[in-house]
Amino acid sequence: MTTEPLKRPALTWTNAAVELAERTIFSHVSLEIEVGSFVAVLGPNGVGKSTLVKTALGLLPLAHGTVTVFGDRPEIARPSVGYLPQRHHFDAGVRISGRDLVRLGLDGDRWGMPLPFATKFSARARAAEAQVEAVLEQVSATAFADRSIGECSGGEQQRLLIAQALVRRPRLLILDEPLDSLDLPNQAAVAELIATICKEREVTVLLVAHDVNPILAHLDQVIYLAHGGALAGTPLEVITSENLSQLYDTPVDVLTTSTGRLVVVGQPDAHGGHGGRHH
Amino acid sequence: MWSYPYLRHALIAGSIVAIVAGALGWVMVLRRESFLGHTLAMVSFPGAGVALAFGLPPQVGYYLSTALAALVAGRRGSTQRSADSFRDATTGTVQAVALAAGLIAISATPSFVDATTSLLFGSFLGITSMDVIVIGIVGATCLLATIAMARPLILATFDATFAEAAGLPVAKLSASFTLVLALVIASTSQITGALLVFALLVMPATIAQRLVTRIWVSGAVSVGLALAIVWIGIGCSFFVPVLPLGFSITSVGMVLFLAATAVQLRPLRTKVAVAI
Repeated sequence: MTTEPLKRPALTWTNAAVELAERTIFSHVSLEIEVGSFVAVLGPNGVGKSTLVKTALGLLPLAHGTVTVFGDRPEIARPSVGYLPQRHHFDAGVRISGRDLVRLGLDGDRWGMPLPFATKFSARARAAEAQVEAVLEQVSATAFADRSIGECSGGEQQRLLIAQALVRRPRLLILDEPLDSLDLPNQAAVAELIATICKEREVTVLLVAHDVNPILAHLDQVIYLAHGGALAGTPLEVITSENLSQLYDTPVDVLTTSTGRLVVVGQPDAHGGHGGRHH
Repeated sequence: MWSYPYLRHALIAGSIVAIVAGALGWVMVLRRESFLGHTLAMVSFPGAGVALAFGLPPQVGYYLSTALAALVAGRRGSTQRSADSFRDATTGTVQAVALAAGLIAISATPSFVDATTSLLFGSFLGITSMDVIVIGIVGATCLLATIAMARPLILATFDATFAEAAGLPVAKLSASFTLVLALVIASTSQITGALLVFALLVMPATIAQRLVTRIWVSGAVSVGLALAIVWIGIGCSFFVPVLPLGFSITSVGMVLFLAATAVQLRPLRTKVAVAI
Protein backbone atom coordinates (compact mmCIF):
# COMPACT_ATOMS: atom_id res chain seq x y z
CA MET A 1 0.00 0.00 0.00
CA THR A 2 1.19 3.50 -0.78
CA THR A 3 0.99 5.97 2.07
CA GLU A 4 -1.60 8.60 1.31
CA PRO A 5 -1.86 11.57 3.64
CA LEU A 6 -5.67 11.61 3.39
CA LYS A 7 -6.64 7.97 3.21
CA ARG A 8 -10.38 7.61 2.90
CA PRO A 9 -11.83 4.18 3.53
CA ALA A 10 -13.26 2.35 0.53
CA LEU A 11 -16.33 1.22 2.47
CA THR A 12 -17.89 2.09 5.79
CA TRP A 13 -20.95 0.89 7.62
CA THR A 14 -21.93 2.98 10.62
CA ASN A 15 -24.42 1.49 13.07
CA ALA A 16 -26.07 -0.22 10.10
CA ALA A 17 -29.18 -2.38 10.37
CA VAL A 18 -31.20 -4.23 7.73
CA GLU A 19 -34.77 -5.41 8.11
CA LEU A 20 -36.41 -7.70 5.57
CA ALA A 21 -40.10 -8.55 5.93
CA GLU A 22 -40.06 -7.05 9.44
CA ARG A 23 -37.25 -9.38 10.51
CA THR A 24 -33.98 -7.81 11.58
CA ILE A 25 -31.20 -9.48 9.59
CA PHE A 26 -28.42 -7.62 11.42
CA SER A 27 -28.07 -4.43 13.44
CA HIS A 28 -25.40 -2.22 15.05
CA VAL A 29 -22.89 -3.16 12.37
CA SER A 30 -20.01 -0.70 12.15
CA LEU A 31 -17.18 -1.58 9.77
CA GLU A 32 -14.44 0.15 7.84
CA ILE A 33 -12.59 -1.26 4.84
CA GLU A 34 -9.35 0.29 3.64
CA VAL A 35 -8.72 1.09 0.01
CA GLY A 36 -6.83 -1.71 -1.70
CA SER A 37 -7.50 -4.39 0.88
CA PHE A 38 -8.80 -7.92 0.28
CA VAL A 39 -11.66 -8.55 2.67
CA ALA A 40 -13.84 -11.63 3.15
CA VAL A 41 -17.35 -11.67 4.55
CA LEU A 42 -17.85 -14.98 6.34
CA GLY A 43 -20.41 -16.65 8.56
CA PRO A 44 -23.04 -19.38 8.68
CA ASN A 45 -25.69 -19.70 5.96
CA GLY A 46 -28.64 -17.32 6.13
CA VAL A 47 -26.86 -14.84 8.35
CA GLY A 48 -27.04 -11.97 5.86
CA LYS A 49 -23.66 -12.02 4.07
CA SER A 50 -25.23 -11.32 0.66
CA THR A 51 -27.55 -8.80 2.34
CA LEU A 52 -24.56 -6.90 3.70
CA VAL A 53 -22.86 -6.56 0.31
CA LYS A 54 -26.16 -5.64 -1.35
CA THR A 55 -26.40 -2.61 0.93
CA ALA A 56 -23.02 -1.47 -0.44
CA LEU A 57 -24.45 -1.74 -3.97
CA GLY A 58 -27.54 0.26 -3.07
CA LEU A 59 -29.74 -2.75 -3.86
CA LEU A 60 -31.14 -2.91 -0.32
CA PRO A 61 -31.93 0.03 1.93
CA LEU A 62 -30.69 0.23 5.52
CA ALA A 63 -33.30 0.42 8.28
CA HIS A 64 -30.84 2.36 10.46
CA GLY A 65 -27.38 3.82 10.08
CA THR A 66 -25.35 4.66 7.00
CA VAL A 67 -23.20 2.96 4.41
CA THR A 68 -20.66 4.82 2.26
CA VAL A 69 -18.64 3.71 -0.76
CA PHE A 70 -15.56 5.89 -1.40
CA GLY A 71 -17.20 8.50 0.82
CA ASP A 72 -20.44 8.65 -1.19
CA ARG A 73 -23.83 7.03 -1.08
CA PRO A 74 -23.78 3.60 -2.81
CA GLU A 75 -26.02 4.82 -5.66
CA ILE A 76 -23.53 7.57 -6.51
CA ALA A 77 -20.46 5.33 -6.21
CA ARG A 78 -21.97 2.54 -8.33
CA PRO A 79 -19.97 3.30 -11.51
CA SER A 80 -16.76 2.52 -9.62
CA VAL A 81 -18.05 -0.80 -8.29
CA GLY A 82 -17.84 -4.16 -10.09
CA TYR A 83 -20.24 -6.85 -8.94
CA LEU A 84 -20.41 -10.61 -9.38
CA PRO A 85 -23.70 -11.90 -7.93
CA GLN A 86 -24.15 -15.31 -6.38
CA ARG A 87 -25.18 -17.59 -9.20
CA HIS A 88 -25.62 -21.03 -10.54
CA HIS A 89 -23.83 -22.68 -13.36
CA PHE A 90 -24.49 -21.89 -17.03
CA ASP A 91 -25.67 -25.17 -18.57
CA ALA A 92 -24.70 -26.44 -22.01
CA GLY A 93 -27.83 -24.88 -23.52
CA VAL A 94 -26.48 -21.36 -23.03
CA ARG A 95 -24.97 -20.75 -26.46
CA ILE A 96 -23.34 -17.35 -26.04
CA SER A 97 -19.59 -16.78 -26.22
CA GLY A 98 -17.70 -15.76 -23.11
CA ARG A 99 -16.44 -12.70 -24.98
CA ASP A 100 -20.01 -11.48 -25.52
CA LEU A 101 -20.83 -12.08 -21.86
CA VAL A 102 -17.88 -9.93 -20.81
CA ARG A 103 -18.90 -7.28 -23.33
CA LEU A 104 -22.37 -7.15 -21.71
CA GLY A 105 -20.60 -6.20 -18.48
CA LEU A 106 -19.24 -3.16 -20.33
CA ASP A 107 -22.30 -1.88 -22.20
CA GLY A 108 -25.14 -4.33 -21.45
CA ASP A 109 -27.12 -1.65 -19.62
CA ARG A 110 -27.14 0.63 -22.66
CA TRP A 111 -30.33 0.73 -24.72
CA GLY A 112 -30.42 -0.37 -28.33
CA MET A 113 -27.98 -2.70 -30.03
CA PRO A 114 -24.53 -2.07 -31.48
CA LEU A 115 -24.44 -1.23 -35.18
CA PRO A 116 -23.17 -3.94 -37.49
CA PHE A 117 -19.46 -3.60 -38.36
CA ALA A 118 -19.15 -0.78 -35.79
CA THR A 119 -15.42 -1.39 -35.36
CA LYS A 120 -14.87 -0.44 -39.00
CA PHE A 121 -15.93 3.17 -38.46
CA SER A 122 -16.25 3.86 -34.74
CA ALA A 123 -13.22 4.51 -32.53
CA ARG A 124 -15.37 3.95 -29.46
CA ALA A 125 -16.38 0.47 -30.62
CA ARG A 126 -12.71 -0.38 -31.19
CA ALA A 127 -11.85 0.94 -27.71
CA ALA A 128 -14.61 -1.19 -26.19
CA GLU A 129 -13.32 -4.27 -27.99
CA ALA A 130 -9.77 -3.56 -26.80
CA GLN A 131 -11.02 -3.15 -23.23
CA VAL A 132 -12.74 -6.55 -23.38
CA GLU A 133 -9.59 -8.12 -24.85
CA ALA A 134 -7.45 -6.60 -22.08
CA VAL A 135 -9.66 -7.87 -19.27
CA LEU A 136 -9.84 -11.34 -20.84
CA GLU A 137 -6.05 -11.40 -20.83
CA GLN A 138 -5.96 -10.22 -17.23
CA VAL A 139 -8.01 -13.20 -16.05
CA SER A 140 -6.26 -15.60 -18.50
CA ALA A 141 -9.50 -16.32 -20.37
CA THR A 142 -8.42 -15.47 -23.92
CA ALA A 143 -8.02 -19.12 -24.89
CA PHE A 144 -11.65 -20.06 -24.24
CA ALA A 145 -13.39 -16.68 -24.66
CA ASP A 146 -14.87 -17.60 -28.05
CA ARG A 147 -16.35 -20.88 -26.90
CA SER A 148 -19.97 -20.81 -25.75
CA ILE A 149 -20.10 -20.18 -22.03
CA GLY A 150 -22.20 -23.29 -21.40
CA GLU A 151 -19.35 -25.45 -22.72
CA CYS A 152 -16.78 -23.88 -20.40
CA SER A 153 -15.80 -25.60 -17.14
CA GLY A 154 -16.82 -24.16 -13.78
CA GLY A 155 -13.42 -22.52 -13.30
CA GLU A 156 -13.46 -21.04 -16.81
CA GLN A 157 -16.99 -19.70 -16.32
CA GLN A 158 -15.92 -18.08 -13.07
CA ARG A 159 -12.94 -16.39 -14.75
CA LEU A 160 -15.24 -15.01 -17.45
CA LEU A 161 -17.70 -13.73 -14.84
CA ILE A 162 -14.88 -12.05 -12.92
CA ALA A 163 -13.81 -10.46 -16.22
CA GLN A 164 -17.40 -9.26 -16.69
CA ALA A 165 -17.32 -7.62 -13.25
CA LEU A 166 -13.87 -6.11 -13.94
CA VAL A 167 -14.35 -4.84 -17.47
CA ARG A 168 -15.32 -1.31 -16.42
CA ARG A 169 -12.13 -1.06 -14.37
CA PRO A 170 -13.87 -0.64 -11.01
CA ARG A 171 -12.06 0.51 -7.85
CA LEU A 172 -14.13 -1.84 -5.72
CA LEU A 173 -14.95 -5.42 -6.65
CA ILE A 174 -17.79 -7.18 -4.82
CA LEU A 175 -17.90 -10.95 -5.34
CA ASP A 176 -20.68 -13.09 -3.89
CA GLU A 177 -19.53 -16.69 -3.37
CA PRO A 178 -17.17 -16.77 -6.39
CA LEU A 179 -15.57 -20.02 -5.21
CA ASP A 180 -18.81 -21.90 -4.70
CA SER A 181 -19.21 -24.92 -7.01
CA LEU A 182 -15.51 -24.99 -7.94
CA ASP A 183 -13.24 -27.93 -7.22
CA LEU A 184 -10.25 -27.41 -4.91
CA PRO A 185 -7.54 -26.64 -7.53
CA ASN A 186 -9.89 -24.15 -9.23
CA GLN A 187 -10.77 -22.56 -5.90
CA ALA A 188 -7.07 -21.96 -5.25
CA ALA A 189 -6.47 -20.63 -8.78
CA VAL A 190 -9.43 -18.24 -8.74
CA ALA A 191 -8.51 -17.04 -5.21
CA GLU A 192 -4.98 -16.39 -6.47
CA LEU A 193 -6.37 -14.48 -9.46
CA ILE A 194 -8.56 -12.27 -7.26
CA ALA A 195 -5.64 -11.58 -4.90
CA THR A 196 -3.45 -10.58 -7.86
CA ILE A 197 -6.11 -8.20 -9.18
CA CYS A 198 -6.40 -6.70 -5.70
CA LYS A 199 -2.69 -6.14 -5.20
CA GLU A 200 -1.56 -5.21 -8.73
CA ARG A 201 -4.47 -2.98 -9.71
CA GLU A 202 -5.13 -1.64 -6.20
CA VAL A 203 -8.73 -2.78 -6.45
CA THR A 204 -10.48 -3.17 -3.12
CA VAL A 205 -12.07 -6.63 -2.97
CA LEU A 206 -15.04 -7.59 -0.83
CA LEU A 207 -15.68 -11.30 -1.19
CA VAL A 208 -18.50 -13.35 0.34
CA ALA A 209 -17.53 -16.94 1.16
CA HIS A 210 -18.69 -19.75 3.35
CA ASP A 211 -15.31 -21.47 3.47
CA VAL A 212 -12.38 -19.30 4.52
CA ASN A 213 -9.57 -21.78 3.84
CA PRO A 214 -8.96 -21.27 0.08
CA ILE A 215 -8.63 -17.50 0.48
CA LEU A 216 -7.19 -17.27 3.99
CA ALA A 217 -3.59 -16.74 2.89
CA HIS A 218 -4.54 -13.71 0.77
CA LEU A 219 -6.81 -11.87 3.18
CA ASP A 220 -6.08 -8.52 4.81
CA GLN A 221 -9.27 -8.44 6.82
CA VAL A 222 -12.16 -10.76 7.68
CA ILE A 223 -15.69 -9.89 8.66
CA TYR A 224 -17.65 -12.59 10.47
CA LEU A 225 -21.40 -12.14 10.55
CA ALA A 226 -23.40 -14.06 13.13
CA HIS A 227 -26.06 -13.57 15.77
CA GLY A 228 -27.25 -10.36 14.12
CA GLY A 229 -23.91 -8.57 14.47
CA ALA A 230 -20.41 -8.51 12.99
CA LEU A 231 -16.90 -9.25 14.15
CA ALA A 232 -14.06 -7.78 12.09
CA GLY A 233 -10.29 -7.59 12.09
CA THR A 234 -7.20 -9.18 10.62
CA PRO A 235 -7.39 -12.96 10.16
CA LEU A 236 -4.94 -13.51 13.03
CA GLU A 237 -7.07 -11.44 15.40
CA VAL A 238 -10.44 -12.85 14.46
CA ILE A 239 -9.85 -16.43 13.37
CA THR A 240 -9.40 -18.20 16.69
CA SER A 241 -11.03 -21.39 17.91
CA GLU A 242 -12.76 -19.43 20.63
CA ASN A 243 -14.29 -16.81 18.33
CA LEU A 244 -15.41 -19.24 15.63
CA SER A 245 -16.82 -21.83 18.04
CA GLN A 246 -18.94 -19.10 19.56
CA LEU A 247 -20.04 -17.72 16.17
CA TYR A 248 -21.06 -21.08 14.74
CA ASP A 249 -22.38 -22.54 18.02
CA THR A 250 -20.32 -25.66 17.42
CA PRO A 251 -16.70 -26.61 18.13
CA VAL A 252 -14.35 -25.18 15.46
CA ASP A 253 -10.58 -25.71 15.54
CA VAL A 254 -8.05 -23.30 14.11
CA LEU A 255 -4.74 -24.99 13.36
CA THR A 256 -1.42 -23.47 12.35
CA THR A 257 0.51 -25.38 9.69
CA SER A 258 4.29 -25.80 9.76
CA THR A 259 4.56 -22.87 7.31
CA GLY A 260 2.55 -20.62 9.63
CA ARG A 261 -0.70 -20.77 7.66
CA LEU A 262 -4.03 -20.95 9.43
CA VAL A 263 -6.48 -23.76 8.66
CA VAL A 264 -10.03 -23.82 9.94
CA VAL A 265 -11.42 -27.27 10.73
CA GLY A 266 -14.92 -28.28 11.67
CA GLN A 267 -16.64 -25.20 10.32
CA PRO A 268 -20.15 -26.50 9.51
CA ASP A 269 -20.62 -24.80 6.14
CA ALA A 270 -17.16 -25.44 4.78
CA HIS A 271 -16.35 -27.83 1.96
CA GLY A 272 -14.01 -29.92 4.08
CA GLY A 273 -11.22 -31.73 2.30
CA HIS A 274 -13.32 -33.45 -0.35
CA GLY A 275 -14.08 -30.54 -2.64
CA GLY A 276 -17.72 -31.51 -2.57
CA ARG A 277 -20.46 -29.05 -3.36
CA HIS A 278 -22.78 -27.66 -0.73
CA HIS A 279 -25.96 -25.66 -0.94
CA MET B 1 -46.51 -16.49 -59.32
CA TRP B 2 -46.27 -12.78 -58.44
CA SER B 3 -49.46 -12.14 -60.45
CA TYR B 4 -51.70 -13.83 -57.87
CA PRO B 5 -52.67 -11.13 -55.31
CA TYR B 6 -53.27 -13.68 -52.54
CA LEU B 7 -49.81 -15.09 -53.05
CA ARG B 8 -48.23 -11.64 -53.13
CA HIS B 9 -49.94 -10.81 -49.85
CA ALA B 10 -48.86 -14.09 -48.32
CA LEU B 11 -45.24 -13.51 -49.38
CA ILE B 12 -45.10 -9.94 -48.08
CA ALA B 13 -46.92 -10.71 -44.80
CA GLY B 14 -44.88 -13.91 -44.41
CA SER B 15 -41.60 -12.05 -44.89
CA ILE B 16 -42.48 -9.39 -42.34
CA VAL B 17 -43.58 -12.04 -39.86
CA ALA B 18 -40.40 -14.04 -40.51
CA ILE B 19 -38.08 -11.10 -39.80
CA VAL B 20 -39.87 -10.12 -36.61
CA ALA B 21 -40.50 -13.67 -35.34
CA GLY B 22 -36.90 -14.65 -36.14
CA ALA B 23 -35.59 -11.78 -34.01
CA LEU B 24 -38.05 -11.99 -31.11
CA GLY B 25 -37.98 -15.77 -31.10
CA TRP B 26 -34.21 -15.59 -30.67
CA VAL B 27 -34.64 -13.54 -27.49
CA MET B 28 -37.50 -15.80 -26.34
CA VAL B 29 -35.38 -18.94 -26.72
CA LEU B 30 -32.47 -17.30 -24.94
CA ARG B 31 -34.80 -16.32 -22.08
CA ARG B 32 -36.21 -19.88 -22.04
CA GLU B 33 -39.74 -18.56 -22.35
CA SER B 34 -40.85 -20.91 -25.12
CA PHE B 35 -43.60 -22.39 -23.00
CA LEU B 36 -44.94 -18.93 -22.25
CA GLY B 37 -44.77 -18.16 -25.97
CA HIS B 38 -46.67 -21.33 -26.81
CA THR B 39 -49.39 -20.42 -24.33
CA LEU B 40 -49.73 -16.94 -25.81
CA ALA B 41 -50.23 -18.62 -29.17
CA MET B 42 -52.88 -20.94 -27.72
CA VAL B 43 -54.72 -17.95 -26.28
CA SER B 44 -54.92 -16.44 -29.76
CA PHE B 45 -57.15 -19.35 -30.85
CA PRO B 46 -60.16 -18.59 -28.59
CA GLY B 47 -59.52 -14.90 -29.28
CA ALA B 48 -59.95 -15.43 -32.99
CA GLY B 49 -62.86 -17.82 -32.38
CA VAL B 50 -64.77 -15.33 -30.26
CA ALA B 51 -64.17 -12.62 -32.84
CA LEU B 52 -65.55 -14.88 -35.59
CA ALA B 53 -68.58 -15.79 -33.47
CA PHE B 54 -69.36 -12.08 -33.09
CA GLY B 55 -68.90 -11.53 -36.81
CA LEU B 56 -65.62 -9.60 -36.32
CA PRO B 57 -62.43 -10.27 -38.29
CA PRO B 58 -60.31 -12.93 -36.50
CA GLN B 59 -57.31 -10.54 -36.50
CA VAL B 60 -59.05 -8.37 -33.90
CA GLY B 61 -59.39 -11.41 -31.68
CA TYR B 62 -55.77 -12.49 -32.24
CA TYR B 63 -54.27 -9.18 -31.14
CA LEU B 64 -56.67 -8.46 -28.27
CA SER B 65 -56.49 -11.91 -26.69
CA THR B 66 -52.69 -12.30 -26.80
CA ALA B 67 -52.12 -8.74 -25.56
CA LEU B 68 -54.50 -9.34 -22.66
CA ALA B 69 -52.80 -12.64 -21.81
CA ALA B 70 -49.40 -10.94 -21.95
CA LEU B 71 -50.48 -8.23 -19.53
CA VAL B 72 -51.66 -10.90 -17.08
CA ALA B 73 -48.50 -12.97 -17.57
CA GLY B 74 -46.29 -9.89 -17.22
CA ARG B 75 -47.82 -9.01 -13.85
CA ARG B 76 -47.55 -12.56 -12.64
CA GLY B 77 -43.97 -12.89 -13.87
CA SER B 78 -42.71 -10.10 -11.68
CA THR B 79 -44.21 -11.48 -8.48
CA GLN B 80 -43.50 -15.19 -8.86
CA ARG B 81 -40.14 -15.24 -10.49
CA SER B 82 -38.67 -17.78 -8.13
CA ALA B 83 -41.48 -20.34 -8.20
CA ASP B 84 -40.72 -21.66 -11.67
CA SER B 85 -42.45 -25.03 -11.44
CA PHE B 86 -45.62 -23.40 -10.20
CA ARG B 87 -45.39 -20.90 -13.04
CA ASP B 88 -45.17 -23.68 -15.60
CA ALA B 89 -48.17 -25.43 -14.09
CA THR B 90 -50.22 -22.24 -14.14
CA THR B 91 -49.18 -21.51 -17.70
CA GLY B 92 -50.17 -25.05 -18.72
CA THR B 93 -53.56 -24.70 -17.10
CA VAL B 94 -54.21 -21.45 -18.95
CA GLN B 95 -53.17 -23.16 -22.18
CA ALA B 96 -55.65 -26.04 -21.80
CA VAL B 97 -58.48 -23.68 -20.87
CA ALA B 98 -57.66 -21.45 -23.84
CA LEU B 99 -57.87 -24.33 -26.33
CA ALA B 100 -61.15 -25.54 -24.87
CA ALA B 101 -62.59 -22.02 -24.89
CA GLY B 102 -61.54 -21.65 -28.51
CA LEU B 103 -63.38 -24.85 -29.41
CA ILE B 104 -66.68 -23.69 -27.90
CA ALA B 105 -66.34 -20.21 -29.41
CA ILE B 106 -65.65 -21.52 -32.87
CA SER B 107 -68.37 -24.20 -32.77
CA ALA B 108 -70.81 -21.27 -32.92
CA THR B 109 -69.54 -20.26 -36.37
CA PRO B 110 -71.17 -21.73 -39.48
CA SER B 111 -67.95 -22.94 -41.18
CA PHE B 112 -66.77 -24.82 -38.10
CA VAL B 113 -64.27 -27.25 -39.62
CA ASP B 114 -62.70 -24.84 -42.13
CA ALA B 115 -62.29 -22.10 -39.53
CA THR B 116 -60.76 -24.44 -36.97
CA THR B 117 -58.28 -25.81 -39.45
CA SER B 118 -57.11 -22.46 -40.69
CA LEU B 119 -56.93 -20.89 -37.22
CA LEU B 120 -54.91 -23.78 -35.81
CA PHE B 121 -52.81 -24.76 -38.80
CA GLY B 122 -52.57 -21.60 -40.88
CA SER B 123 -53.57 -20.70 -44.40
CA PHE B 124 -52.28 -18.27 -46.95
CA LEU B 125 -55.59 -17.79 -48.62
CA GLY B 126 -57.47 -14.68 -47.64
CA ILE B 127 -54.66 -12.44 -46.42
CA THR B 128 -55.96 -9.04 -47.51
CA SER B 129 -53.90 -5.93 -48.22
CA MET B 130 -55.35 -4.48 -45.02
CA ASP B 131 -53.95 -7.47 -43.10
CA VAL B 132 -50.56 -6.87 -44.69
CA ILE B 133 -50.59 -3.24 -43.56
CA VAL B 134 -51.57 -4.18 -39.99
CA ILE B 135 -48.94 -6.93 -39.83
CA GLY B 136 -46.37 -4.45 -41.17
CA ILE B 137 -47.16 -1.74 -38.62
CA VAL B 138 -47.34 -4.16 -35.68
CA GLY B 139 -44.18 -5.94 -36.84
CA ALA B 140 -42.14 -2.76 -37.28
CA THR B 141 -43.21 -1.42 -33.89
CA CYS B 142 -42.43 -4.68 -32.10
CA LEU B 143 -39.07 -5.07 -33.84
CA LEU B 144 -37.99 -1.52 -32.98
CA ALA B 145 -39.12 -1.96 -29.37
CA THR B 146 -37.16 -5.19 -29.07
CA ILE B 147 -34.04 -3.69 -30.65
CA ALA B 148 -34.28 -0.79 -28.20
CA MET B 149 -34.49 -3.21 -25.26
CA ALA B 150 -32.06 -5.78 -26.70
CA ARG B 151 -28.92 -5.35 -24.60
CA PRO B 152 -30.63 -4.83 -21.22
CA LEU B 153 -32.98 -7.76 -21.97
CA ILE B 154 -30.08 -10.10 -22.72
CA LEU B 155 -28.14 -8.91 -19.69
CA ALA B 156 -31.17 -9.45 -17.43
CA THR B 157 -31.62 -12.94 -18.91
CA PHE B 158 -28.15 -13.97 -17.80
CA ASP B 159 -28.26 -12.34 -14.42
CA ALA B 160 -31.21 -10.39 -13.09
CA THR B 161 -29.32 -9.31 -9.96
CA PHE B 162 -26.40 -8.00 -12.01
CA ALA B 163 -28.84 -6.08 -14.23
CA GLU B 164 -30.62 -4.66 -11.21
CA ALA B 165 -27.29 -3.60 -9.73
CA ALA B 166 -26.59 -1.79 -13.02
CA GLY B 167 -29.80 0.16 -12.42
CA LEU B 168 -32.03 -1.54 -15.01
CA PRO B 169 -35.80 -1.94 -14.46
CA VAL B 170 -35.71 -5.74 -14.79
CA ALA B 171 -39.38 -6.50 -14.02
CA LYS B 172 -40.64 -3.82 -16.41
CA LEU B 173 -38.31 -5.05 -19.15
CA SER B 174 -39.62 -8.57 -18.75
CA ALA B 175 -43.27 -7.46 -18.85
CA SER B 176 -42.64 -5.24 -21.89
CA PHE B 177 -40.97 -8.05 -23.79
CA THR B 178 -43.88 -10.40 -23.02
CA LEU B 179 -46.32 -7.85 -24.45
CA VAL B 180 -44.28 -7.31 -27.63
CA LEU B 181 -43.88 -11.06 -28.01
CA ALA B 182 -47.65 -11.51 -27.70
CA LEU B 183 -48.34 -9.07 -30.53
CA VAL B 184 -45.80 -10.78 -32.78
CA ILE B 185 -47.34 -14.15 -31.96
CA ALA B 186 -50.75 -12.79 -32.98
CA SER B 187 -49.25 -11.75 -36.33
CA THR B 188 -47.45 -15.06 -36.78
CA SER B 189 -50.61 -17.03 -35.98
CA GLN B 190 -52.23 -15.56 -39.09
CA ILE B 191 -49.59 -17.18 -41.30
CA THR B 192 -48.72 -20.43 -39.52
CA GLY B 193 -51.84 -20.95 -37.41
CA ALA B 194 -51.90 -20.87 -33.63
CA LEU B 195 -50.47 -24.36 -33.19
CA LEU B 196 -47.51 -23.90 -35.51
CA VAL B 197 -46.13 -20.46 -34.56
CA PHE B 198 -43.13 -22.30 -33.17
CA ALA B 199 -41.98 -23.06 -36.68
CA LEU B 200 -41.01 -19.41 -36.94
CA LEU B 201 -40.41 -18.49 -33.31
CA VAL B 202 -38.36 -21.40 -32.02
CA MET B 203 -36.85 -23.30 -34.95
CA PRO B 204 -34.77 -20.50 -36.54
CA ALA B 205 -33.62 -19.27 -33.12
CA THR B 206 -32.59 -22.72 -31.94
CA ILE B 207 -30.73 -23.46 -35.16
CA ALA B 208 -28.94 -20.10 -35.02
CA GLN B 209 -27.91 -20.59 -31.40
CA ARG B 210 -26.60 -24.03 -32.18
CA LEU B 211 -24.45 -22.76 -35.01
CA VAL B 212 -23.18 -19.37 -33.76
CA THR B 213 -22.15 -18.12 -30.32
CA ARG B 214 -21.79 -14.40 -31.09
CA ILE B 215 -24.96 -12.62 -29.94
CA TRP B 216 -25.67 -10.30 -32.86
CA VAL B 217 -24.50 -12.68 -35.58
CA SER B 218 -26.69 -15.39 -34.08
CA GLY B 219 -29.72 -13.07 -34.04
CA ALA B 220 -29.13 -12.16 -37.70
CA VAL B 221 -28.79 -15.83 -38.67
CA SER B 222 -32.11 -16.52 -36.91
CA VAL B 223 -33.85 -13.82 -39.00
CA GLY B 224 -32.28 -15.14 -42.21
CA LEU B 225 -33.38 -18.70 -41.46
CA ALA B 226 -36.93 -17.59 -40.65
CA LEU B 227 -37.11 -15.83 -44.03
CA ALA B 228 -35.79 -18.91 -45.82
CA ILE B 229 -38.31 -21.13 -44.02
CA VAL B 230 -41.24 -18.88 -45.01
CA TRP B 231 -40.19 -18.49 -48.65
CA ILE B 232 -39.46 -22.16 -49.23
CA GLY B 233 -42.59 -23.12 -47.27
CA ILE B 234 -44.87 -20.85 -49.29
CA GLY B 235 -43.23 -22.07 -52.49
CA CYS B 236 -43.89 -25.71 -51.57
CA SER B 237 -47.53 -25.10 -50.73
CA PHE B 238 -48.04 -23.10 -53.94
CA PHE B 239 -46.60 -25.72 -56.27
CA VAL B 240 -47.96 -28.72 -54.32
CA PRO B 241 -51.44 -27.55 -53.26
CA VAL B 242 -52.16 -30.65 -51.15
CA LEU B 243 -49.56 -29.44 -48.65
CA PRO B 244 -51.10 -26.99 -46.13
CA LEU B 245 -48.94 -23.92 -45.45
CA GLY B 246 -48.37 -24.78 -41.80
CA PHE B 247 -47.07 -28.22 -42.79
CA SER B 248 -44.71 -26.86 -45.46
CA ILE B 249 -43.23 -24.19 -43.20
CA THR B 250 -42.75 -26.57 -40.29
CA SER B 251 -41.20 -29.25 -42.50
CA VAL B 252 -38.66 -26.82 -43.96
CA GLY B 253 -37.80 -25.75 -40.43
CA MET B 254 -37.41 -29.36 -39.36
CA VAL B 255 -35.05 -30.17 -42.24
CA LEU B 256 -32.87 -27.15 -41.40
CA PHE B 257 -32.94 -28.09 -37.72
CA LEU B 258 -31.71 -31.61 -38.46
CA ALA B 259 -29.01 -30.25 -40.77
CA ALA B 260 -27.82 -27.85 -38.05
CA THR B 261 -27.73 -30.64 -35.48
CA ALA B 262 -25.57 -32.69 -37.84
CA VAL B 263 -23.21 -29.75 -38.38
CA GLN B 264 -23.01 -29.11 -34.64
CA LEU B 265 -22.28 -32.74 -33.82
CA ARG B 266 -19.51 -33.12 -36.40
CA PRO B 267 -16.70 -31.29 -34.54
CA LEU B 268 -17.73 -33.15 -31.39
CA ARG B 269 -17.34 -36.48 -33.15
CA THR B 270 -13.89 -35.45 -34.37
CA LYS B 271 -12.93 -34.55 -30.81
CA VAL B 272 -14.16 -37.90 -29.53
CA ALA B 273 -12.20 -39.66 -32.27
CA VAL B 274 -9.03 -37.79 -31.28
CA ALA B 275 -9.61 -38.67 -27.64
CA ILE B 276 -9.91 -42.35 -28.50
